[in-house]
Amino acid sequence: MNWLHVAPSASAAFLASLVEFVEAATIVLAVGVVRGWRSALVGTAIAAAVLCGLVLLLGPALAEVPQRGLQLVVGLLLLLFGMRWLRKAVLRGAGLLALHDEDAIFLSQSANLRLARVSTRWGVDPIATVTAFKAVLLEGVEVAFIVIAVAAGGAGLLVPAAAGAALAGVLVVGLAIVVHRPLAQVPENTLKFAVGILISAFGVFWTGEGLGIAWPGQDLALLALVGGMLAAGLVGVRLAGAR
Amino acid sequence: MRAVLGEIIGLFVDDGSLAVALLVWCGVVAGVRAVLPGSPLLAGLLLAGGCVAILLVNISRTAGVSRRPSGRPSPGA
Repeated sequence: MNWLHVAPSASAAFLASLVEFVEAATIVLAVGVVRGWRSALVGTAIAAAVLCGLVLLLGPALAEVPQRGLQLVVGLLLLLFGMRWLRKAVLRGAGLLALHDEDAIFLSQSANLRLARVSTRWGVDPIATVTAFKAVLLEGVEVAFIVIAVAAGGAGLLVPAAAGAALAGVLVVGLAIVVHRPLAQVPENTLKFAVGILISAFGVFWTGEGLGIAWPGQDLALLALVGGMLAAGLVGVRLAGAR
Repeated sequence: MRAVLGEIIGLFVDDGSLAVALLVWCGVVAGVRAVLPGSPLLAGLLLAGGCVAILLVNISRTAGVSRRPSGRPSPGA
């Protein structure tokens, strides 16, 4: 296992997870600021526990799936996931979709939470707890999927991919604690464009591996696919902007 | 939980036509791979090139619909 194997998986997991953690942090911050930190943290903790349970339950089962079958399924899912991100990023880049704005999401979530009736059950506010739970669970499922998917090439890739995601989580949580407001300065739209390119390239690569395609240059083909997806994304922005 | 499941499916599919086209194309490439097992490079080029082409056609179509005065963007746009 050399850097050529490890670096793309770790960096893809880091960048993609960074975006997901920022989105989850915005919602948890809104819940904490508007409805109280106890409910926000309880919702976050329950979601984290459910996620750990899912990973512990499904993780060992994945080891039983034949690698080629796993690569095909994961490749197809990555392809759908990555192309969806890339398409949205291109449409945002061309000005056809509104840019993702964490400040606006924070204000909207805060307004909705203020409108909802305040009640207490078992020492927490159910609406606030469920809101934080749902946000952390959904973004967490995405992080777990990304880690598993970018590590589909071999068992040795799981640790670097998980480390990349964990680093992103620590970074976002640390920054959120320090600045105590949405991380709107994170260039999320640019990150999503980059992640869409990386994930789509991984998707094509693993789908090909799953179909028995022997890529020329083996793992080096991944770099060519990343270059191709980048070119396609830039062409897409121009194409959409010109129409 | 139903909303959560719906959102998980939404992670992979928001424009149904893009998702269907990509899956169909992968099926076509699998067919080519079965018929021409000795041409892995051709299958690889078909897979990558086809996926890129599908994305660009989808973007172009969505942009055209979005910019049309009476047009409505496709789902997820």
